[in-house]
Amino acid sequence: MTNRQRQRSFMAQFVVRIPYAWLVAFFLVPFLIVLKISLSQTAIAQPPYTPVFDLAAGWHGLRNFFADLSFDNYALLGSDPLYVLSYVKSVEIAAFSTLLLLVIGYPIAYAITRMPRRAQAVLVLLVVLPFWTSFLIRIYAWMNILQHDGPLNQLLLGLGIVREPPAWLATDTAVYIGMVYSYLPFMVLPLYATLEKLDEQLLEAAADLGCPRWKTFWLVTLPLSAPGVLAGALLCFIPIVGEFVIPDLLGGSRTSMIGQTVWTEFFANKDWPTAAAVAVVLVCLLVTPIIVFQHQAMRGTEHG
Amino acid sequence: MPTAGLNRGFAKRGFAPWADRTLQPLLRLEALSKRFGAFTAVDQLSLDIYQGEFFALLGPSGCGKTTLLRLIAGFEQAGAGRILLDGIDLEPVPPHRRPVNMMFQSYALFPHLNVEANVAFGLKQEGLAKAEIAERVADMLALVRLQNFGRRKPQELSGGQRQRVALARSLIKRPRVLLLDEPMAALDKKLRGETQFELMALQRRLGLTFIIVTHDQSEAMTVADRIAVMDRGRLMQVAPPAEIYEQPNSRWVADFVGEINLFEGRVGDDGTSVEGTALGRLRVAAKIDAESGATVWVAVRPEKMRITASEPPRGEAGGTGPENCAAATVIDIGYLGDLSIYKLCTDAGVSVKAALANTGRFTEAAVGCDDKVWASFPPDAAIVLTR
Repeated sequence: MTNRQRQRSFMAQFVVRIPYAWLVAFFLVPFLIVLKISLSQTAIAQPPYTPVFDLAAGWHGLRNFFADLSFDNYALLGSDPLYVLSYVKSVEIAAFSTLLLLVIGYPIAYAITRMPRRAQAVLVLLVVLPFWTSFLIRIYAWMNILQHDGPLNQLLLGLGIVREPPAWLATDTAVYIGMVYSYLPFMVLPLYATLEKLDEQLLEAAADLGCPRWKTFWLVTLPLSAPGVLAGALLCFIPIVGEFVIPDLLGGSRTSMIGQTVWTEFFANKDWPTAAAVAVVLVCLLVTPIIVFQHQAMRGTEHG
Repeated sequence: MPTAGLNRGFAKRGFAPWADRTLQPLLRLEALSKRFGAFTAVDQLSLDIYQGEFFALLGPSGCGKTTLLRLIAGFEQAGAGRILLDGIDLEPVPPHRRPVNMMFQSYALFPHLNVEANVAFGLKQEGLAKAEIAERVADMLALVRLQNFGRRKPQELSGGQRQRVALARSLIKRPRVLLLDEPMAALDKKLRGETQFELMALQRRLGLTFIIVTHDQSEAMTVADRIAVMDRGRLMQVAPPAEIYEQPNSRWVADFVGEINLFEGRVGDDGTSVEGTALGRLRVAAKIDAESGATVWVAVRPEKMRITASEPPRGEAGGTGPENCAAATVIDIGYLGDLSIYKLCTDAGVSVKAALANTGRFTEAAVGCDDKVWASFPPDAAIVLTR
């Protein structure tokens, strides 16, 4: 390798190493810290857990450190049904939300692709527009809308659909409304990207071979949009499992998703180790969907 | 293009249903028009295509040939005019119900289905029994020589193989008319030649009617029973390949199909000569169908021109008279292997093209650049064009 080549390859590696270093410093290291805390015990101290990693104590201190680590917290998670229920509830809400998002998002994405080219860009922008405002403010807005005497109930009463104003807040329904509203762009955009790339001639070929329009949708459009469906579903499911704000503000005390459990352990109980254990288990739970998503994304870039 | 003269193709002997006045056409286009905004793609086009024809639509880009194909297939709605298949107006019939199938230029194979499923797709829509579908698919794959490729996906096939799958898929429904949109555009030259003959053999064997759209003249000349030459949405000439080549009806057709030498002049008093051309007075064999003094063009194909080192003798049997020749200098030679194209410039400054077969294995050309030669042509080699 010439000097020039060596220089260039060093530069190339350097460019890659910066984001790599960033991820290590701000993702891997904090995760390792959380992992370590999950293996500790609660203590009335600063920080509120033991043992504390202290290089000053030397080799002997290091051995004590590793000896004090234990899986007690994980055992607790397994034994108390509260945590298990929390995980189940989170997955349940995430799965159903993803389904709702698919049912609502697919027609939206499909409709956008049927519009003339110029209109499409505007419509996609409109879908993304809410993201330009604060997430928290939007959830507050929903709290307002779903209030007992809020605009939704006023509308329903006014149209005569209901006689008594139903209670929306502090129900699972409100959580679903919040989830679908917040995560719709995550479903619509990947779907739109896949549907937009669909070759029109394939639809013409299907028609030419005897397929009426609706059948063409089922036999050609839907199967070919499967990568987009998978991408959108995972892009919604994975974050929804760990959602905190929406169930906390819109949901009731009955709906306790895993995000809220972590919050309770951390702030209410001041039990850092248990909170950390809950978080680590959540990550392990999501490893499979994340790997599937990653695999799918790489397949997508291969086919281009 | 010059190879088309040598590559006469697979002409069906005696096959000329268009000449039979008692026969009804399979497909009749009546004053068909299609506009896209201000642009007229198809302009009041009328055409009859007969059962068993291999019909070619030939023309430059944008002449409307693909639009015409799509109108027949049903992907476009005509602004005016009718399309009649077996006497039935196709206008209210949507594309999925027309007994017409199309083979797309990009093949449009379904990427999520394997070869068998792609080919079976059309049959499944007809609601046939599984066993029958499987049998017909197997037969069709054998016909296009893809028996062992049934399980593969389109992405795993070569361009030529994909083309055959597309062909199988569109043929399996036994359409009344098969439309082919530049089917060989993506193939290399050798494969194209092989595929052309395969298509012709297939068409004869199955007794179907094919309509092919192509911008490749030699392709149209090779495969077609009749060619429709189109320009800007209109038909310029519809005739068998030999007639199009040897008897073009206009300068445009003469110039579009192959190379041509055109000499403008006025019809002479005797009716068989043209005067005042760049080569002087030219004599033709047949009587000119125009008035004395009318402006006409004498058209001579390059391969019919002769190049001689000295002035052609007069009155010799087979030689030309003093009229149809001129002294010229060889400006450029294009060597194509089987023949050479000579670009000449007469002493009067007129550009003439001549094509001669390289009949001898000489490494050095008999005629070289900057040589002084005589260009000539026999009277029966020329055709007089009135427009």
